[in-house]
Amino acid sequence: MNIDKRLVRKDSLEKLFDILKQNSKTIYAPFSKNSKVSFREADSFSGITTDYIQTTQSSKEVAFPRNEKILNYSKDKEGMKVKGIDLNDIPEVVLWGVRPCDTMGIGELSAIFNWDYKDEIYNNRLSRVTVFGFSCSKSDDYCFCTSVGGNPGNTQGSDILFTQLGENGDYLAEILTDKGSSIVSISSALFEKTENIEKEKFLAEVPARFEREEIRGKLEKFFDSQLWVEQSLKCIGCGACAYVCPTCACFDIQDEAHGKSGSRVRCWDSCGFSTFTLHTSGHNPREVQSQRWRQRIMHKFLIMPDRLSVYGCTGCGRCSRACPVDMNILEHLISIQEVSL
Amino acid sequence: MDDLRKRAKELLETSAVKVVIGYEQGTANKTRALFVEKAEDADCLIFDSRCVQNLATYVTKREVKDKGKMAITATLPVMRSIIQLASEFQVNDNNLLVLGITPESKLVEFKNLSEVETFVHQYQIEIDAKNKEMLDKIAKMTQAERWKFWIDELSPCFKCYACRAACPMCYCHRCTVDFNQPQWIPVPSHELGNLEWHIMRAIHLTGRCIDCDACYNACPLAIPINLLTKRMLEDVKINFGSYQPSIKADHLMSTYKPDDKENFIQ
Ligand code: SF4
Ligand code: SF4
Ligand code: SF4
Ligand code: SF4
Repeated sequence: MNIDKRLVRKDSLEKLFDILKQNSKTIYAPFSKNSKVSFREADSFSGITTDYIQTTQSSKEVAFPRNEKILNYSKDKEGMKVKGIDLNDIPEVVLWGVRPCDTMGIGELSAIFNWDYKDEIYNNRLSRVTVFGFSCSKSDDYCFCTSVGGNPGNTQGSDILFTQLGENGDYLAEILTDKGSSIVSISSALFEKTENIEKEKFLAEVPARFEREEIRGKLEKFFDSQLWVEQSLKCIGCGACAYVCPTCACFDIQDEAHGKSGSRVRCWDSCGFSTFTLHTSGHNPREVQSQRWRQRIMHKFLIMPDRLSVYGCTGCGRCSRACPVDMNILEHLISIQEVSL
Repeated sequence: MDDLRKRAKELLETSAVKVVIGYEQGTANKTRALFVEKAEDADCLIFDSRCVQNLATYVTKREVKDKGKMAITATLPVMRSIIQLASEFQVNDNNLLVLGITPESKLVEFKNLSEVETFVHQYQIEIDAKNKEMLDKIAKMTQAERWKFWIDELSPCFKCYACRAACPMCYCHRCTVDFNQPQWIPVPSHELGNLEWHIMRAIHLTGRCIDCDACYNACPLAIPINLLTKRMLEDVKINFGSYQPSIKADHLMSTYKPDDKENFIQ
């Protein structure tokens, strides 16, 4: 297939932003707070930051918010009334400035939310999201997209992928989906026809560091390995790695009661917490941190490919950057690959 | 830090301890915790000004503690934490040896925790100028401004509890936020849930926090939650005189009995 390629002038981005606003789109873009970059709703173009290798948090919140009401209830003399949430209230969103390792993560997250039960709320949210990917011109020690099927200019998951042609340069826009085309149709003057531009030389260089198939093969025989104990000794069992990850999907269901009415809320949860698998009986099948760390790696590199035909890691490196004790997932994966069985 | 490596080696060779907790080179320019169990691995130990993670959080971690007697590379904040933990019956001379590192980066070995306490008491806990300025600024705000400040700062918190996990004094097996019968603190990380969590955290650490900033350094979102514990520390000083962790002292905000019949107390 021939990709529709256009040139977007650097100065046109702000005009594009304004047109999206006029068309009642909610825009989520990267902003810096306390020197950490995260996505939030953008009211104006100024203030959106472009100076980041990767945002601290992924963009998954747009389809999988960290707290989300899934139903409301009320009790009266006649009994209990349950009301689902109104899916029509979900806004049309443009996700602006997403790196390719996150756009790829959308597919992996969607695989989980559509495994057996098709998650209505998640799917409805996602169907209203248009993804503006931005290729990477820089990378750091934590990045490893090229080891897990991605690359700094990967189009997968984007509706439009923007690649800046040199520092302060204009942008190549690759229009990848119908959603992307419909954005072009409301702002066609900003998307100039262009001769073939090659984006490769403007992309970051990220060397491949391991073979994920090989890791998957090792993991099949690795359940009882001592390696999990050694690797996880410094892990302090928090939720940082899971919460920043674009593909971690675990949640907890909570009821929030206010007198006779209330709501049921789905909240992020993490397999790193000691209470994550704690049973009512008091028994905990994952009693120690090594079992929880094993779960994290196994889930992403063995269980997901086995059951969902996708891996659960896009190599964004966020978990390593966010980890308070420098558990570096890339290092740990390499050492798994290096173990001889 | 050759003398640290040498001493770690000796301790492991003579089986005086089973594990030495220290620092090694980490990713990029970071350092991170290292658990040395074999004498030959002691050469990976490093110490320099980048080594700020409070290693005392590991002395109550089951997998580390279960190895047997521990030795710990301890800067002043780590030593203070250990004294506080000793006063809460979490460590003692039988399970922990302290390899102290003085503020001048000198290695000192202590025979017992009581010597550590004497050493620690030579230094007052002082909040640094930058944070003091921030505390003053917050104190001078009107109530409404202060409310807005904290709502703005705390709303991004997604309750990953890295701050709790990194704090040596947050060692409870089951934290108040994890209780659901009754549920004290709302689980969702919304405005109320976050406020209650952080107020609870600050209160539970009052009179125990030794101002190491491990909580703040651990926060992936760089939320200045250490300002809450620093405020409490200042209040403790104002109301109860200077604050020092002490092995035998009464606790300020809690009573603690090892023979308490409730089993949630360790
Ligand atoms: S596991 Fe880590 S590197 Fe992989 S996608 Fe999640 S946050 Fe990124
Ligand atoms: S690997 Fe790091 S971020 Fe993840 S649970 Fe362990 S300490 Fe927390
Ligand atoms: S609350 Fe923060 S500053 Fe106080 S002891 Fe715990 S980690 Fe250190
Ligand atoms: S580490 Fe930061 S984000 Fe995580 S619970 Fe603590 S304050 Fe909230």
